[in-house]
Amino acid sequence: MGPLIPMGQTPTFVVIGAGQAGGRAVEAMRAAGFSGRILLVGHEAYVPYERPPLSKKMLTGDGGPDSAYLHDPSFYDDRKIEMRLGVDAVAIDREARSLQLSNGETLVYDKLLLTTGARVRRIAIPGAELPGVDYLRDMDESLSLRARLGAGARLVVIGGGYIGLEAAAAAWARGCHVVVLEAADRVLNRVVAPEISRFYEDLHRANGVDIRTGVKLLEFTGDGKVEAVVCEGGVTCPADFVIVGIGVEAETGLAEAAGLTVDNGIVVDAFGRTSDKNIYAAGDVANQPNEALGRRVRLESWQNAQNQAIAVARVMCGGSEPYQELPWFWSDQYGLNLQMVGLPEGWDRLVIRGDLASHKFTAFYLCGGLVVGANALNNPRDIRFTRMLMEQGARPDPAALADPNVPLKSLLGG
Amino acid sequence: MNDSTGDDWHRVAKTDDVLDDEPKAVQIGNDYIALYRLDDKFYATDDICTHEFASLAEGFVDGDCIECPLHAGKFHIPTGKAMTAPVTEDIRTYPVKVEGGEIFVNLAKG
Repeated sequence: MGPLIPMGQTPTFVVIGAGQAGGRAVEAMRAAGFSGRILLVGHEAYVPYERPPLSKKMLTGDGGPDSAYLHDPSFYDDRKIEMRLGVDAVAIDREARSLQLSNGETLVYDKLLLTTGARVRRIAIPGAELPGVDYLRDMDESLSLRARLGAGARLVVIGGGYIGLEAAAAAWARGCHVVVLEAADRVLNRVVAPEISRFYEDLHRANGVDIRTGVKLLEFTGDGKVEAVVCEGGVTCPADFVIVGIGVEAETGLAEAAGLTVDNGIVVDAFGRTSDKNIYAAGDVANQPNEALGRRVRLESWQNAQNQAIAVARVMCGGSEPYQELPWFWSDQYGLNLQMVGLPEGWDRLVIRGDLASHKFTAFYLCGGLVVGANALNNPRDIRFTRMLMEQGARPDPAALADPNVPLKSLLGG
Repeated sequence: MNDSTGDDWHRVAKTDDVLDDEPKAVQIGNDYIALYRLDDKFYATDDICTHEFASLAEGFVDGDCIECPLHAGKFHIPTGKAMTAPVTEDIRTYPVKVEGGEIFVNLAKG
């Protein structure tokens, strides 16, 4: 790569979005030796934090926002990273390489990184605007929710995805009565095999959480605040409050208005480069090619927010390594740790290693003999070996995979 | 490690109990220690990750690093140095000796 910035000038890198991706990016820029000006602009008032705790320990514990911070505020001061928190970027002028902020400030950048993340998908049924119909994406939403998770409170969760199920498990731990309403015929239907969905439905039901699938919602009702969720078939669920967890959408408004190529996220290459050579994107908002999967993906994950952002920040500082990690995710519910590797779209065989009832197992997704993914419950090391099997394009003997006495390592090629 | 405050050796495991791919967690009083075997040499570090609560002994040995089982942060086993995000704070390491097929760890605070 050629020189990034003309000699003799102090270059400025601006990062829009102070979530996990933005926070890791500015850290990585300094770690890569970038000595120019760095500004980090964020909508929320908090320094960058990790979102996974918001649906887990933040709800069940009593830690403050700082327990989820990537770094203390002093970390950014020490590295001369200028923060603009509680501030929105309003418009990008690509010609002038300048940026208008909601506080009236105009910033001129040499390189711009968009880590604008995602926003929750809003539910569109009557009553959706009633107070008490809430979402769980930001720190303030998590803290507000925690304050209401008292014993005996009646919570209805809309959506049986990871956020909904984790919120349900956390509310259960706080003594709430919890009903989960899922539109599909099983929970986690977009992300795991039916066998694993059933495992989670059984797990929740065994703990007393009322999981209902194949539910069509009609409306929220209540006088001044939500009091019930009305479903098709004459079923009504009383509710003191509701959490809607039906997914997120990439936050692409700024990029679209600036004329960048957007298609389910900001379209980037494996180096995080957008259709403008001075602008990069990373994290939840980036639609990127993944060579290991052989397709484009937009990932809403902790791993991607951290590691893709670091990779793109290094590219901005003159590096030449693409981001190519296999997608990896986790979920914590009822003290059980589920980890997933891969993003299987289809499989012809599911091999279970271990016993579901023992709460320690690994499920391998095979397609034409190839391992295309795995889910491991309380078995994190298996995920690491599965990743290596996938990277090698291995076609292990299913009987060996299913046998916990055969070390996964022995199934790896030389 | 500075041993100036004296020795505090504890017998913690048999060498056969610690495998290359499977470190072993042991508890000594209130201390949780992970034992590792790298090329038939033994090492001891704090067992609890400095990022979130996780037993490093449940993690994955990658070369001479231990990768945390929860969020994949890596520490250098011989030195305890935090190597990759999300971990930034090092873990402590402890002197180890092997006598008669048994592993001893020195908890003396340097």
